[in-house]
Amino acid sequence: MISRRKLLKSSAATGLLVASGGLAAPALAQGSKIRLGYVTPASGPLAAFAEADNFIIESFLNVAGSDFEVIVKDSQSNPNRAAEVAKELIVDDEINLMLVASTPETTNPVTTTCEAEEIPVISTIAPWQPYFIGQQGNPGDPASWEPFNYGYHFFWGLEDIIQVFTNLWNQLDTNKSVGALYPNDGDGNAWGDPVVGFPPVLAELGYTLTDTGRYQNLTDDFSAQINAFKQANCEIVTGVPIPPDFTTFWTQAKQQGFVPKAASIGKAILFPVSVEALGDAGHNLSSEVWWSPSHPFSSTLTGQTSSELAEDYTASTGRQWTQPIGFIHALFELAWDVAGRVSEIDDGDEVAEAISATDLSTVVGPIAWNGNGLPPFAAQNIAKTPLVGGQWRLAEGGGYDLVVVDNLTAPMIATGGSMEEIS
Amino acid sequence: MIFLDSLIQGILLGGLYALFAAGLSLVFGIMRLVNLAHGDLIVFGAYLILLLVSLLNLNVFVATLVAAPFMFVLGWILQKFILNRVLGDDILPPLLVTFGLSIVMQNVLLETWSADSKRLSAGALETASLTIGPINVGIMPLLIFISAIVVILVLNLIIYHTSLGRAFRATSDDPVTASLMGIKPKNIFSVATGLAMIVAIIAALYLGVRSNFDPSIGPARLIYAFEAVIIGGLGSLWGTLLGGIIIGVAQTVGATINPEWQILSGHIAFLLVLMVRPRGLLPRAFD
Repeated sequence: MISRRKLLKSSAATGLLVASGGLAAPALAQGSKIRLGYVTPASGPLAAFAEADNFIIESFLNVAGSDFEVIVKDSQSNPNRAAEVAKELIVDDEINLMLVASTPETTNPVTTTCEAEEIPVISTIAPWQPYFIGQQGNPGDPASWEPFNYGYHFFWGLEDIIQVFTNLWNQLDTNKSVGALYPNDGDGNAWGDPVVGFPPVLAELGYTLTDTGRYQNLTDDFSAQINAFKQANCEIVTGVPIPPDFTTFWTQAKQQGFVPKAASIGKAILFPVSVEALGDAGHNLSSEVWWSPSHPFSSTLTGQTSSELAEDYTASTGRQWTQPIGFIHALFELAWDVAGRVSEIDDGDEVAEAISATDLSTVVGPIAWNGNGLPPFAAQNIAKTPLVGGQWRLAEGGGYDLVVVDNLTAPMIATGGSMEEIS
Repeated sequence: MIFLDSLIQGILLGGLYALFAAGLSLVFGIMRLVNLAHGDLIVFGAYLILLLVSLLNLNVFVATLVAAPFMFVLGWILQKFILNRVLGDDILPPLLVTFGLSIVMQNVLLETWSADSKRLSAGALETASLTIGPINVGIMPLLIFISAIVVILVLNLIIYHTSLGRAFRATSDDPVTASLMGIKPKNIFSVATGLAMIVAIIAALYLGVRSNFDPSIGPARLIYAFEAVIIGGLGSLWGTLLGGIIIGVAQTVGATINPEWQILSGHIAFLLVLMVRPRGLLPRAFD
């Protein structure tokens, strides 16, 4: 039942929103809405990335619901399914702009589909190398690599994570002997790659690397790796295992009496729940931090600062913040910003041009496709966001907090302490 | 010394695979039903234990004991109202039903528990170990191995020394003749699946304590269990243990040579055994 009072109130609020939107309010024919397609792994093994989707889309529609319609499709964590739903969004739902997030398994098939259908697409949450190189016809031959006409991606790259991890280790007094856990998957092969991965950089910085080779995901026994690390007297462990494998490894390492001074792990300890799964043994594990409540940025959509966004998420869902929240929020900030700078939303080329001209300070940091910090071949399609290093610390009331402990790579992000040894 | 260590770790790992496989082996031995949802039922069991732990604040081992009767009833209902209806001369319908069940269970678990990976906490026991000479043997892997042996001992005791076991064997050999003797094969099947679910909850306990689990992990964890059942000889529980140990040792020894070969070595061992003994190592009966 809509009362007169309620109607007045809500129309006043929308009026206010359009006014405050100012620049961003897109030019639209009366009554029609901009259609955003969003492909996300809402179910399956990658579903943890998509947990904040509803929260973010709701807050986006609160602000922009009068001009936008968001059509969400689940990739079921399956690349083939992702391509299929992308096609549905383009053909059946006739979307104007595609948004896609969470791992190359989702971003790549969707971008490839959009590229073929000439629909502009913004993607995030996949290091840029697997995104860009992974979609090339011949990933082994850099000379053949082609930029995309409609695909725009924002995230960081392998070079950033290598920098962050070595900065973390430099804070400690170690023998510089590193043991590596690189699985036989897209991430593991990229991290362990002798040209673009960790090995050449570590060798240059005086680290010795014990890389026992690419093991299969969901391995039940890591005694071979642990024995090799023990023999090489490794004081640092790094790698990009999946969460169950890291738990198996870490538990077995403790059983075998192998405790390194530092363990900097990608992917496996991204989410607080996977660190909690380790019990007390997760204390002082280190990881890359792409977004946290202490990032000094705020949303152009809701005006919230990073910490307000994280608090809002916790308040409305009862769950701890996770890193993807900021990036998926930023994805919708970009959609809102781009649509505001386009006169003909149905013209894919104009939208793509507007994306490439973006210069927006989002909740994850400034985003502009200007090629900063990138090799020339990737400059057109990639925008880099800042990356720092953090450590999981046992919180007083139970659970874990992610504390930023190294910001040499992005000094504007404040640290909350310095790197501590695992004991 | 590293070789000896791999050997011991491999044998202990075999215990885990045997535990995953024992319920499968039991059900297959009695009713020739390949339960593709067994892995998902184990994952479900892990969530059940987790629920009891968080609701009643129980120790994980006590929670497993509490969960066991529930699992028995669940298995009984599953068999009586779903699987018994499709069992027949054609092996395809029950296979498809369990396949569908596997997908349904994964999605129900995802809806109720979200995709977060969870773990059961056994406290300090998780990382404790015994030092025997130069080798560290984890208490938890040892406990898993001992549990596998106890489970198989108890199951064999039931099968070979009780009237229920006699009914199991009779139904397995010839359900028509068994029913002439006053046995209702379908009731026997329901009890057998209930029993298999009790084994599954023990497997679930160790699945959850050993590493993380999430709704989608069941099938992946089950591959080695299937292999253990097959190379052990269909219907033989000791064979299943032996099969598990062979795959476990093949994996750890393969990994010592090169970790890239870890999983592959297990599969190769599986194929080699099948080439030499196509009916498995300790087949129970010829049928």
